[in-house]
Amino acid sequence: MRDQKLWTWHVLAGLVILVFLGLHMTVMHLDKIFEAETLNPSDGKPIDWANVVARGKTLFFPATYVVLLAAALFHGLYGLRGILLELGPAAGIQRAISVLFVLVGAGLFVFGTWAAIMSHGLAKAL
Amino acid sequence: MLKVQGHPNRLGVRGWAVGGRWGLERYLYTLHRLTGVGLILYLLLHILVTSSRAFGQAAWEAAMGRVSGPVFHAGEYLVFAAFAFHAMNGIRLVLVELGFGVGKPIEPVYPYKTSVDFQRSLAVGSLVLAGVLLVLGTLDFFVLD
Repeated sequence: MRDQKLWTWHVLAGLVILVFLGLHMTVMHLDKIFEAETLNPSDGKPIDWANVVARGKTLFFPATYVVLLAAALFHGLYGLRGILLELGPAAGIQRAISVLFVLVGAGLFVFGTWAAIMSHGLAKAL
Repeated sequence: MLKVQGHPNRLGVRGWAVGGRWGLERYLYTLHRLTGVGLILYLLLHILVTSSRAFGQAAWEAAMGRVSGPVFHAGEYLVFAAFAFHAMNGIRLVLVELGFGVGKPIEPVYPYKTSVDFQRSLAVGSLVLAGVLLVLGTLDFFVLD
């Protein structure tokens, strides 16, 4: 039952990623195809500091980063855990993998969310 | 008394390559896993690198400087290609999971029909969509750059 719920969350997270990573990829890597100037208002590359600040000033982009971060970490780490558990390690190692992935996922989520909030504040101050 | 011998039917990672009768969906299964592992490993590094923007312009530009150059550009393109395939094949997997595009259940009467043939159009469709995304990405990465 627990695994069934986690699998459902895994699928739902995949759909969330499809939308938000699709947007992220459009902004970062398909910007010249779709001429996404409104998303990258400064001339130059999407990773130029001026564009990072412009996106960071909005509430929309930092919010999407946090949602994408949560969905991608869960989807990816749960998927990788499934692959590793399929190899049939001993019960103790299975548990250690699960605990490690929860800790890594939670740690990176907290750090990434902190960075999104801090950079939003920094961008608004500029 | 039966002797427990572990899981002899489990092939582990070897099963990704030699798991049985090969069909298109089997290749997609392996590729979905490989791209998934690649994407999650990239994500872990991506979070650490892009979080440098929280420390200001100098930290951001220093971090971007460390991941620039043709090798990283090619690596980013591989990540985009992995995303294109994993996303489009993922849509197919969700549709199949929810029972779309797999055909109606039928009596198992000889000569048996497999739903895999019915699902094949979904597999081909997902590959075509991934290919379109990849062409757009290639243009953006290398032609319009």
